[in-house]
Amino acid sequence: MNTYNLLKISLKALRKNIFRTFLTMLGIIIGVASVIAMLSIGQGSKDSIESSISELGSNLIMVFPGAQQTGGVNLGSGTSRELEIGDVEAIEENSTLLVGVTPVAMAKAQLISGSANWSSSVYGAYANYFDIKALGIKSGRRFSQSEVTRAAKVCLIGTTVVEELFGEYSDPVGQSIRINKVPFEIIGVLEEKGAGMRGDDQDDVVIAPFSTVQRRLLGSTKVQQIFASAKSEEVSEAATEEIEAILMKEMRVGPNDEAFNIRTMSEISNMLSSTSDTMVTLLAGVAGISLIVGGIGIMNIMFVTVTERTREIGLRMAVGAKSKNILLQFLTEAVVISITGGIIGALLGIGVSIGFGNLMGWPVTITPFSIILAFGFSTVIGVFLDGTQRGRRQT
Amino acid sequence: MQAVISAKNIIKTFDLGEVKVHALRGVDLEIYEGDFVAIMGHSGSGKSTFMNIIGCLDVPTSGEVYIDDNDVANYDRDNLATIRNKKIGFVFQSYNLLSRTTALENVELPLIYNPNISAGKREELSKKALEKVGLADRLLHLTNQLSGGQQQRVAIARALVNEPLVILADEPTGNLDTRTSYEIMDIFQELNDAGKTIVIVTHEGDIAKMCKRNIVFKDGKVIKDFMVENPINAKEELAKMPKQEDALA
Repeated sequence: MNTYNLLKISLKALRKNIFRTFLTMLGIIIGVASVIAMLSIGQGSKDSIESSISELGSNLIMVFPGAQQTGGVNLGSGTSRELEIGDVEAIEENSTLLVGVTPVAMAKAQLISGSANWSSSVYGAYANYFDIKALGIKSGRRFSQSEVTRAAKVCLIGTTVVEELFGEYSDPVGQSIRINKVPFEIIGVLEEKGAGMRGDDQDDVVIAPFSTVQRRLLGSTKVQQIFASAKSEEVSEAATEEIEAILMKEMRVGPNDEAFNIRTMSEISNMLSSTSDTMVTLLAGVAGISLIVGGIGIMNIMFVTVTERTREIGLRMAVGAKSKNILLQFLTEAVVISITGGIIGALLGIGVSIGFGNLMGWPVTITPFSIILAFGFSTVIGVFLDGTQRGRRQT
Repeated sequence: MQAVISAKNIIKTFDLGEVKVHALRGVDLEIYEGDFVAIMGHSGSGKSTFMNIIGCLDVPTSGEVYIDDNDVANYDRDNLATIRNKKIGFVFQSYNLLSRTTALENVELPLIYNPNISAGKREELSKKALEKVGLADRLLHLTNQLSGGQQQRVAIARALVNEPLVILADEPTGNLDTRTSYEIMDIFQELNDAGKTIVIVTHEGDIAKMCKRNIVFKDGKVIKDFMVENPINAKEELAKMPKQEDALA
């Protein structure tokens, strides 16, 4: 009996009970489809979380002045030697893994425009601040580094400030506002960013050149924070260490002095992606269980089929089939069911993934791994568990 | 005459744990080429066990069985399967056809397990076998669309298709009415006239009288073995019977 005959006999046997064959296959189809869909959706949501984190500026490195300890009493952040403009210059000169670094001066200020007034935070920084923080411009323009050098009285404002001072749909570019009584020209409006990690309103800001904020609003040479951006997410940890080394040298402190604190967004991003990893594993686990259930379904139905077909098997043996022939026939039937089911399931899974992705606006990532996994699993169940069991019972 | 099947002192004991069942207690039989044998006996007499052994479905506990000079008592399962495939054709009481399968495909079944026969040859031989049993016009009918007599004729065609040395029929008329039984016996008689060796198991005396030789089993032994004088001709009996349509009317 050759392979072609074998396949023909098996297909005929399956076709005789087409509805049952379909139901048997359905278990595998659903199992495979759900594993692929779950893995794709999980992977997609993970990718989507990661990309929205990197939009926030996942390469961002923030340096704060450290806490000062006096006789064992920790006075908290900002009480030790303050950061200086020299620290920024040192980082700028010596770092190799950064694309930009800027000092940040911060002032709480009263904003007045005509009869409206609003209290907001004013940040002073270099022109590259917008790149480092990944801030978009809704209208108008950024300020230039030369405007920073000559302490131009220009500013960009967030959408919350626009709403409070000018009304929701107005474009105040070109108008002037007074910040703590100093008149500034509004040269741009920032794109909306929504709430920050701590629930703060990231659109309630004014950004102005660093030197302007220092001289006009603060009247000091204080640098409250240093923001820097690593070349890529991969090197952000190394960049952090680099900044640490430069600052320790510059400030002449040791690693235990806590003269400054460095925070990065990659810590947050790691936490979030590990959460979504857990979710993917969980989804895959649930889908895997349905695959196993599908496999058990096949086995169950095949057992019934065998009992029902003892007469057929007896007959085949009476007319000269060897036990090998019978075993092969049942094995082939099992393989046909699980492979066909696997293919249909894979197609269905891919379809569901793409459909779900479109519905949710997620980037659905179908990994070949998930297809191989699901497909391989169904074949193993079909062939080994089922085929051998059935065959054995016959011989 | 050449012995097709030769059994020497066959003993078959079934060990059921607590009890041992002695199904055959020393059977010596020879079946010759062209024989038409009816094996009779009550249930439990050992006739079915004997059929299973000469049909290579089972092996004796002791004794020798030769089929066409093959020492099958010492064959392994695969070799027995080959002997069944090439030398023996089976007909069963309940036809044992594959359901929802055409007559032609049922007849092809033994040839599928013979690697020397091509698909084309298979169909040709199967058609010929179905013609011999008068079903040339039913080749592509599904078995469940056929009457009992027609199904048994498909089964006979299946037993014929591999040109076996001997046809073994286990109560081939057991499920059929008298008229259809005689039609089946008519086919067997024709086949026997053409030289086929046939062994049937039956309970019915009139069926046995249509065979050339009767063997009676009792308690695992052969108690009678005789040639039938003037076997009944099934065709003549059929001619005497009222036609089926008339009987219904």
